[in-house]
Amino acid sequence: MSAQPQSQEDLRDLYRELILDHARSPRHFGKLEGATHSAEGINPLCGDKLKIYFSIDPDGRISDATFEGSGCAISVASASLLTDQVIGLKSADALEFFSALVSRLTGKPEDGKKPASKVDLGKLKALEGVKEFPSRVKCATLAWHAMNSAIQNESEPVSTE
Amino acid sequence: MTMSEQMNGVTELATPFRGVEQCRQDFPCLAQTISDHPLVYLDNAASSQQPLAVIEKVAEYHSHDHANVHRGVHTLSHRATEAYEGARDDVQAFINAGSRSEVVYTSGTTESINLVAQSFCRPKLTPGDKILITHLEHHSNIVPWQMVCEQTGAELLVAPINEAGEVDIDTLFSQLDSGVKMLAIAHVSNALGTIIPLKKVIEKAHSLDIPVLVDGAQAVPHMPVDVRELDCDFYAFSGHKMIGPTGIGILFGKEKLLDTMPPYQGGGDMILEVHFDGTTYNDLPYKFEAGTPNISGAIGLGAAVRYLQAVGMDAISAYEHELLQYMSRQLDGVDGMRLIGTAADKASVQSFLLDDIHPHDLGTILDHQGVAIRTGHHCAMPVMDFYGVPGTARASLALYNNRDDVDRLVASLTTAKEIFGQ
Repeated sequence: MSAQPQSQEDLRDLYRELILDHARSPRHFGKLEGATHSAEGINPLCGDKLKIYFSIDPDGRISDATFEGSGCAISVASASLLTDQVIGLKSADALEFFSALVSRLTGKPEDGKKPASKVDLGKLKALEGVKEFPSRVKCATLAWHAMNSAIQNESEPVSTE
Repeated sequence: MTMSEQMNGVTELATPFRGVEQCRQDFPCLAQTISDHPLVYLDNAASSQQPLAVIEKVAEYHSHDHANVHRGVHTLSHRATEAYEGARDDVQAFINAGSRSEVVYTSGTTESINLVAQSFCRPKLTPGDKILITHLEHHSNIVPWQMVCEQTGAELLVAPINEAGEVDIDTLFSQLDSGVKMLAIAHVSNALGTIIPLKKVIEKAHSLDIPVLVDGAQAVPHMPVDVRELDCDFYAFSGHKMIGPTGIGILFGKEKLLDTMPPYQGGGDMILEVHFDGTTYNDLPYKFEAGTPNISGAIGLGAAVRYLQAVGMDAISAYEHELLQYMSRQLDGVDGMRLIGTAADKASVQSFLLDDIHPHDLGTILDHQGVAIRTGHHCAMPVMDFYGVPGTARASLALYNNRDDVDRLVASLTTAKEIFGQ
């Protein structure tokens, strides 16, 4: 069977080495004892289920973040990258990354907020391969929606459906 | 003379079976490329493709014959009614129901099961009564029973399955006692492909006067189904899994049971007379068909039934059985393969896991090679819990699949292994 260059390239772009690395060896994996904020993210379509934990100092700085659960390579890598990215940030700045990433992946601003185009996504750019796979955007944004919910102290699990 | 006999020569569009390669030509949706690869469609357990005979029949109805049914004296209403009721005759013959009164149109298997749960079971159930299902049911044969149990205080019992994905029949038999008011059981498991030995299960249930509802959604497209031979009390199935349209399905029910049941929904078409001091309900099957029905769906289903009959359900069953064995064998030969659902008697479906690649990732990679499979829990979360997996990849066959489709599936798994470095 002859491989089609274009589609293979898209696939390689989706499953780039950084994503596979985080999927195989997720960072900050496990329950966070003494977490001040947590939330669950569920993608009923494919059964992804993540729980994300934060320790947020009184001044609003995220001193630690972890996650646990199971999911596809994209959702696990995204959660792993998230924890890497937001530790040390003010929670408000972490939410900026959430808005920027979601608008970058979906091509539209999240919840009517203006696109946070000034945010440099850095390593999170590795998730941009998802743009060519609309059915997988939910996987890539699951942990981020859960983070949004955790920081906003919403008690219901977030669902991507 | 039945309506379909009257319609003979007008509605006969069924294409005679000339082998699978010719059969494929009848399904226009198959003739396309996805990501520059010819489509391999192996998601038939979710929904099957439609042959031209169905597509054209529905288009013909919309183009020439559309009107409401059972209402007007005008020509179009007459034509629509003839076609709609003719399709019911076709379905009756297809499943060998005793009369057309026993063939109720619904929106699909889900509505059929809910109808029985609410109309047949709910009025009878009292706290302590039991409903028995099995561990391999689709959510639509679980949740309606959970709901009616909540409403009545009845208890839901679950017959176990073994590692191969077969229902433990001995345990199921031991769970059947006079407290069980309904046995609701799949004919074929949608997640595992297991065929349930229904005949002996129904015989056993009936020996204890327990009625049996069969979820036949995954059986009707793949094997001959004779509801009178099975002697089931209710049999539910969907049009869109048997090369027909979406939004149409059937509830077969024994007339003596349907007669005793109150209407499921109120509205037009299900009444004889309406007065503010009382309403007289219509005869079977119309008592259960409130409101303007899915006329074009029913007509499309009739065309699907005629297509399947022209091919022959025995021929389809034999062909698919051989192809499924080939598919399971070829998949099993892939390094890192774990087959889920290895029952001795199966139809259409093979679930699997490859290495530690999440099924959703597998689905995306296969789609990029033109291979459509289903990934996830297949609306059978308890089955996934049983195997301790979040989901599986599932390839499911229809009459138009061939060995080349299977070979393409297996080849596409190699790419997945390469990408994941396995």
